[in-house]
Amino acid sequence: MAASSALAVSRPGAVLGRAGGGLARGIALGYLSLIVLVPLAALIWSSRAQGLGTFWDEVAKAEAASALKLTLVAALLVAAFNAVTGTAIAWVLVRDSFRGKGIVNAVIDLPFALPTIVAGLVLLQLYGPQSPFGVNLAFQRTGLVLALLFVTLPFVVRAVQPVLLELDREMEEAAESLGARRLAVFRRIVFPNLLPAILSGVALAFARAVGEFGAVVLISGNVPFKTEVSSVYISGQIESDNPAGAAAVSVVLLLISLGVLLLIGVFRHWRTRHDR
Amino acid sequence: MTARYALRFGALGYLAFLLLVPVGLVFYRTFEHGLHPAWAAVTNPQAQHALWLTLLIAAIAVPANTVFGVVLAIALVRHRFPGRGLVNAVVDLPLALSPVVVGLALYLLYGTGGWLGGLSQHGIKILFALPGMTLATIFVSLPFVVREVVPVLREIGTDQEQAAETLGAAPFTTFRRITLPAIRWAVGYGVVLTTARAIGEFGAVSVVSGRIEGKTETLPLYVQSQFEGFNTTGAFAASVVLALIALATVLCMRMFRPKEAR
Repeated sequence: MAASSALAVSRPGAVLGRAGGGLARGIALGYLSLIVLVPLAALIWSSRAQGLGTFWDEVAKAEAASALKLTLVAALLVAAFNAVTGTAIAWVLVRDSFRGKGIVNAVIDLPFALPTIVAGLVLLQLYGPQSPFGVNLAFQRTGLVLALLFVTLPFVVRAVQPVLLELDREMEEAAESLGARRLAVFRRIVFPNLLPAILSGVALAFARAVGEFGAVVLISGNVPFKTEVSSVYISGQIESDNPAGAAAVSVVLLLISLGVLLLIGVFRHWRTRHDR
Repeated sequence: MTARYALRFGALGYLAFLLLVPVGLVFYRTFEHGLHPAWAAVTNPQAQHALWLTLLIAAIAVPANTVFGVVLAIALVRHRFPGRGLVNAVVDLPLALSPVVVGLALYLLYGTGGWLGGLSQHGIKILFALPGMTLATIFVSLPFVVREVVPVLREIGTDQEQAAETLGAAPFTTFRRITLPAIRWAVGYGVVLTTARAIGEFGAVSVVSGRIEGKTETLPLYVQSQFEGFNTTGAFAASVVLALIALATVLCMRMFRPKEAR
């Protein structure tokens, strides 16, 4: 399969002919530039329009730095938690069988499909001042983490599930017949095979948690130095007409996103190294 | 055996606590005073306008990202050109980038003093109007069709396309008769994901819309403005509309999902 795709790539103009190939490429690049690249270039340009010194001052401002630190810590926490729960859920969905599994499998996609502001509203109702459970997590860091857990739920599950489905059971059976205990089988056989997929899912969940806005804007209450994350800080700076401050923090978030994508590329390369 | 049940109930309990209870509660809170107030809340003019604006933006963004998504996927898989790796990375960027950053980038590009800020002086209003909101929505929902089509294109290879070409088919005929039928399910799945994202987008649209009530307010923005204005019935009724769209999306995703993940 890898060989055929390499062949396909090396044959230019297979689909739309040689001239058509140029056209497809031109349209694709033009569209990407218009939609994505030019706005991002404008963002980077604005962030350093008043000099690098201003850029650093804006990022290092106490409120901005505190928001950035909270964002990173919360995202790391949420990503780590997802690594465990996501793998467990994927395991239950692939290896276990029970009535209603199809519905559970479908429900996993709900956070993808549900608008983030609705997710935020719902969580605030459930765990806010009017909570039917009598807990009030609104304007607290716990509430923030809960909102992030909601929106990042599908990433690890959906990354691990297909790999687990394709995993050959024979290795596990061999290990078991040689007397390995179940935990040892998981740790020595299953886990190493799943690791690249888990890490890809965790990286995506981390990126999503760093940038999330809609789900956290209601429940976190946006208390500076306590529950204000970077995306909310940026939005606040735009509203109080400090685009330089907003742009500086945005560039930091952009760099984090690019870093995460680079990491995912490495994980993908690692996962498919045997196919090459 | 006990370990298996513990894992099963642990996983299902976590899902119930995180997903089902919250979503069930929205429906409960919306309809706890009966059907009538909820119906009145979604049929008032401001809510209606927000709903139509949301659908209008999706009706522009989804076809644009579908057509260009397929072209981009073909360019990425079938052609080699300098900067292909970069294009590949840029396509994924909207998945990993905060929507607020996307909104700000457009705000700075089309705002006063921005590179394209002069457009507004010529009567082309982008910011705080439909074009800006549509551009933001296109940005955040760009990757979905591309990402679904690329692996399928790679897997089908070029044998059939080459055969068609050898038999004298014009490039567009080859695309319409060979390539398109092979990728149609992937395109369908991508369209479902794109639509869901386009309808639910909040952060990016919030920054570029200026939030003018009854003018540039989409349904997700309406949810927030009603909630902050203490009209919780209105906020919940609009949320239920969005949640129903989300549930329909999830059902469509089940239908289109590539078979190996089913």
